[in-house]
Amino acid sequence: MTKVKDATIPTIPVQARLSRWFGRNLIRIYAFFGFTYLFIPVAYTFAFSFNDSGKSNLIWKGFTLKNWQNPCGAPEICTALGNSIKIGLIATIFSTILGTMIAFAIGRYAFKGRSTSNLLIFLPMATPEIVLGASLLSLFLVFQINPGFWPTVIAHVVFCVSFVVVTVKARIASLDPRLEQAAMDLYANEFQTFRRVTLPLVAPGIAAAALLAFSLSFDDFIITNFNSGTLTTFPKFVYVSAARGIPAQANVIGSAMFFLALAIVIAGQLISKKTKVTK
Amino acid sequence: MRMSKTLSKVKLPYLLLLPGFLFLFTFFILPILNLAQTSTQTPIAGGDTGEYEQTLRFANYIDAFIENREQFARSFIFAICATLLALAIAYPLAYAIAFKAGRFKNILLVLIIAPFFTSFLLRTVAWKQILGEEGFVVPPLRTFGIISESTTLTSTSFAVVLGMTYNFLPFMTLPLYASLERIDPRTMEASGDLYANGITTFRRVTLPLSMPGVVAGTLLTFIPAAGDYVNAAILGNPNSKMLGNVIESRFFKIVDYPTAAALSFTLMAAILILVTLYIRKAGTEELV
Repeated sequence: MTKVKDATIPTIPVQARLSRWFGRNLIRIYAFFGFTYLFIPVAYTFAFSFNDSGKSNLIWKGFTLKNWQNPCGAPEICTALGNSIKIGLIATIFSTILGTMIAFAIGRYAFKGRSTSNLLIFLPMATPEIVLGASLLSLFLVFQINPGFWPTVIAHVVFCVSFVVVTVKARIASLDPRLEQAAMDLYANEFQTFRRVTLPLVAPGIAAAALLAFSLSFDDFIITNFNSGTLTTFPKFVYVSAARGIPAQANVIGSAMFFLALAIVIAGQLISKKTKVTK
Repeated sequence: MRMSKTLSKVKLPYLLLLPGFLFLFTFFILPILNLAQTSTQTPIAGGDTGEYEQTLRFANYIDAFIENREQFARSFIFAICATLLALAIAYPLAYAIAFKAGRFKNILLVLIIAPFFTSFLLRTVAWKQILGEEGFVVPPLRTFGIISESTTLTSTSFAVVLGMTYNFLPFMTLPLYASLERIDPRTMEASGDLYANGITTFRRVTLPLSMPGVVAGTLLTFIPAAGDYVNAAILGNPNSKMLGNVIESRFFKIVDYPTAAALSFTLMAAILILVTLYIRKAGTEELV
């Protein structure tokens, strides 16, 4: 009798505790599955970069390092990568300059036509990529400009500018106006205030915007496909070779980009933490 | 002296705007106007393929819509499904990062955007292989009898929606996180002190306060999803084609510019109308 009692009493709290633990951690468990979903294809891409696959990288055939040792081994792949990087860098420089100027105008000044300007910035983001790409191509066709490198750069600047404006504007809005007033009180003129106070404070926002612009440009397929003609970019290379199986070198480049970007972001966070501490 | 100074101050914002807006006018507004102009053209009688003349034939729109109404409907149904799914996945995720992550908050935020850095086409192709016949999902499901021998996961509408949900998940999570993070936890505590239980607190306090994030996230997911054709091309089948696929093939394979232009405009107009209605309904006007 007593034995049975002893055995049943502790089981109730255990169950209760278990369900309470589950209830309290439900959202964490859910988040865990969410992250798993996000990372399954990334992990898959990374794993298959080590596949000793030959031409089509569909089935696991054994571990090898040779894809990593020879990332340009697949025909055309490094030309495509080079084009993507070149287009990305040029588009990033132009869109960051144009976008930052617009962000300062909209974020700093009250002027006639400000809400129209806001609308003009919002419109490219609300336009589906395929419409942006198709409309630009039809313009180039009218002026008999052949699709290729520069049309692609222009197309990328068009969709990157708005994202730069939004990112930089957010940073400008979060500035404490008293810092600039203090600089003026200390007899700095407008230009000095801008160069020594405003610009350094907005710089992290500009850096984030540039990083965003580059990753948008580097990863873009739809608009590029319309405006690049015979020029291959990395996403185009992947799309075209998807039909007959992607070479493992593409997985190598994708994974390398992943770790490189992750390192840049983490380094950026560490630097901003350090400057905060020293301040 | 003072005159010129105030004058230059008035001019300054316009000077800052000028280069960017000239660029956007030339390469965004002008192309859109040109596309509008293309959409009412008809083929030149006796001309080559790809030669069109302006005849202001607005019936192009009706023809294009009727011919492609299935793909049109599918684009919006798929995009709405993907948006709702992404919201269901992203909301708890953003909530967990904002309120439960503690000092891991920044790392988790980086992890949300990290998948972006592997090319999205590579990830979409990875899904194709994961869900394919030789992937690690289908064989176990067959062994346990969850799906039949003849059922496949790739080349289905299901795979297209799953791919889109996946692609746009970070676009949903980040704005949700941004608005959840701004909520003062004391408002939730206050609700608890007033005897609201967890569900009531969420429904009456947390959710309304996070609405700007919900609106921004759903828009950032819905707009690219409705115009997408890559997921349908890689993960779908001929019967799961979306409007984007039609526009693409009209442009490149059939060289039917007017129809492609008319379809582009219909897509854009439909998106703008839906988005306007939605923003009105959600009551957040300060999105931009």
